[in-house]
Amino acid sequence: MTRELQAPADPGIRIRTELRPAEPAAASAAIGIELRDVNLSYGDNHVLHDISMDVDEKRVTALIGPSGCGKSTLLRCLNRMNDLIESARTTGSVKIKGQDIYGPGTDVIAVRRRVGMVFQKSNPFPKSIFDNVVYGLRIGGVRDRTALEAAAEKSLSLAALWDEVKDRLQASALSLSGGQQQRLCIARAIAVEPEILLMDEPCSALDPIATLKIEELIYSLKERYTIVIVTHNLQQAARVSDKTAFFWLGRLVEYGVTSDMFTNPREKLTEDYITGRFG
Amino acid sequence: MKATSAVDLRRRAVSRAVEVFCAASVVLALVPLGMILFFVLRQGLPALNGAFFTEMPKPVGEPGGGMANAMVGTLILIGIAALAAVPVGIACGVYLTEYRRARLSTAARFSADVLNGVPSIVIGIFAYQAAVVPFRRFTALAGGLALGVMMLPLIIRTTEELLGLVPPSYREGSLALGATRARAVWTVVLPAALPGIVTGVLVALARVAGETAPLLFTSFNNQFWSTRLDQEIASLTVQVYTYANSPYEDWHRQAWAGATVLIASVLFFSLLSRFATRRLERMHRGTA
Amino acid sequence: MTRTAVARDGSLFRLGLGVAALAVVALVLGIAFVLVDGSLLSLRAFGFSFWRTQVWDPVARRFGALPFIWGTLYSSFLALLLAAPVALGIAVFLSELSPRLLRQPLTFLTELLAAFPSIVYGLWGMFVLVPVVRKLEVATPGWMRHVPLFSGPPLGVGMLAAALVLAVMVVPFTAAVAREVLKAVPGAQREAAYALGATRWEAIRMALFYGRTGIIGAVMLGLGRALGETMAVTMVIGNNPQVSPSIFAPQYTMASVIANEFTEAADPLHLHALVEIGLVLFLLTIVINALSRLLLWRVGKKEEAPAVPAAAAPVAA
Repeated sequence: MTRELQAPADPGIRIRTELRPAEPAAASAAIGIELRDVNLSYGDNHVLHDISMDVDEKRVTALIGPSGCGKSTLLRCLNRMNDLIESARTTGSVKIKGQDIYGPGTDVIAVRRRVGMVFQKSNPFPKSIFDNVVYGLRIGGVRDRTALEAAAEKSLSLAALWDEVKDRLQASALSLSGGQQQRLCIARAIAVEPEILLMDEPCSALDPIATLKIEELIYSLKERYTIVIVTHNLQQAARVSDKTAFFWLGRLVEYGVTSDMFTNPREKLTEDYITGRFG
Repeated sequence: MKATSAVDLRRRAVSRAVEVFCAASVVLALVPLGMILFFVLRQGLPALNGAFFTEMPKPVGEPGGGMANAMVGTLILIGIAALAAVPVGIACGVYLTEYRRARLSTAARFSADVLNGVPSIVIGIFAYQAAVVPFRRFTALAGGLALGVMMLPLIIRTTEELLGLVPPSYREGSLALGATRARAVWTVVLPAALPGIVTGVLVALARVAGETAPLLFTSFNNQFWSTRLDQEIASLTVQVYTYANSPYEDWHRQAWAGATVLIASVLFFSLLSRFATRRLERMHRGTA
Repeated sequence: MTRTAVARDGSLFRLGLGVAALAVVALVLGIAFVLVDGSLLSLRAFGFSFWRTQVWDPVARRFGALPFIWGTLYSSFLALLLAAPVALGIAVFLSELSPRLLRQPLTFLTELLAAFPSIVYGLWGMFVLVPVVRKLEVATPGWMRHVPLFSGPPLGVGMLAAALVLAVMVVPFTAAVAREVLKAVPGAQREAAYALGATRWEAIRMALFYGRTGIIGAVMLGLGRALGETMAVTMVIGNNPQVSPSIFAPQYTMASVIANEFTEAADPLHLHALVEIGLVLFLLTIVINALSRLLLWRVGKKEEAPAVPAAAAPVAA
């Protein structure tokens, strides 16, 4: 998957960029995130082209595609993490519950509290497990010890970590295993009670057993959160997601119900990718 | 999402305040920089005439005169320092890169770090005991030695850093052709790092040329023309110190003029090294 | 070349370089030896009481170094108190906040301060800073002057002037090292904080916390510089051996007394007392520098994982 992708050799390949409503799912869902004509460039480098898609609420949506296709960049558009890069310019709109997070006067900090994020490599702070989980609440002004403790227990339980750490909440987060650290990061993200959870290849640094645990966790979390996950692993996308979006060279090529897309892709490009002909 | 709580307003205000403090810190550091440059130039430039560079110091009361002997003295002192420190420093730097993990490397690296932190006045005591006491007189040699000791850790560090930048492929290429390690270092690795090392040496020279404390009781001072290595010798910095401590306006002006020369050379060598480092970085990025 | 010739060439090469490396080690040991050997008279005559005695009277051959160690520690402490926040502010600004265009030139300018010779700082301190400090002291209201911290006649020269000059000299060192430390903090740490809704300062505080040992190391490195600084301090501190809490009082430091009295010390005991001060200064700076390096080394060992896309470093929230 590390091979550089060349520009399309076959000019016959169509990349449709207009809005494509997702195929009707088994149970239809409300719209969680509404993207319209999202474009992003780093300086002169145009990375995302006219992305428009609707992400279902309380479902798992997987973003797939070869390296450098823009899927991680798109994920970072959803909580405005790209703002941290000086040269990044974003246009278009991303609406969460009808509110455009790129609209004028938007409070970026509040956006990030509504949209949690879990990173490729677990990045716990060099503090205790407890301090990690309640970090977001503390900076948000929560001081009450019992409230913090209750929130920590709840988030750690939701992240399926409570039983493993309940006796050593004051131990350093760095003493946990890789998989536990990643679950801690998930607990930390959900402690602030976001509506949406973004996951940027959350299992890429984990062994298969830890990966399985995270996947189970994702499955159980979708009852409460809208989850968008970037993954390199097509099997993982097939296992955990309800819908899948395939990106190529910064464009959204195909977006649909996961099972349909993996059995019966509409685009030749998608078929080539999921059958492993490139990428 | 636009509803901003009181807590959030406070947080944002704190963040803003810290950002302002950080920017103000930079400004605060630039104030003394500007002040020093301003005063040195304002007081020093008018006194900086041809005579300053060509004439000897005049006795108190007689206007004019210069620091010709002190400038020559400083050049002689840093010349001695370079002769003493450059070969040892570069050789030690090469040893540290070639035998990174040797026990001697650890000891030498630690020693260089220690040496770098030793106050210059203490180096002066060392040079006094080692090179003044046995001959019972202050000499240019003792002063040069003291400056050499100050230079040594700077040169070791530059050499080690720059040799580390040379792509390993250079050395491997040479070794693959059957060259010995010595030959590979001597004909390929060192020449590749040479421009950087030369710059590093020049910067180190400029740095020690500005030292005063180690010279106070090694090369001492000399109001007369002297280029003899076994005699006390004048230096720009000690002369500035002597003049600054005197009660005479005229000498104060001379002190400022001396400081101008020192600052000018610092500026020159700092800019030089900045450009040289940039070029080197580009060069190595191109080849690595 | 034959095998043995190659081997001989290699070992000769190593031997030649090894001599140079050994010379550096020997030099440090030599300095230590010379300092001990040169202070034996004083060590024997006064023992530990040397460092508890306040009287420094070369004529009466009574030597106590308390005023000097007091002056050195006090001036360095005050300088650090002033310099550390500013240096950290600069480091944070240059590594986290500065617009990319300004970063390089500002870094160069702040580091230029480190390159100025200390005699220039002394000259500036003596003729520019001291008169300003004197005005400040004269303007100090009477009731404040009863506080021991501000007591004494307004001379200009003294502890305050010394601390100010030292602070200016220490800032660029500490700032440069702290900047390196911040650079070594993984971007993922800041991102984690931002993703949880942190403000810019909260994310920076997280980075500072992550690199805390290195930040302490950077400040200690500045302390090492301040302890050994000679010329600039000598020219503004007033050179009066007394133990006083007043920042207006002229005082004395270890390095300054060596600089001023070494060439005039005809009495061997006087000379040995000065060398003993040098010996302690030597040991003090070694301990401080070793500690700071230890702290910095611990940061350097931590993994570096830049999580920010290669395009640029984080600048805005």
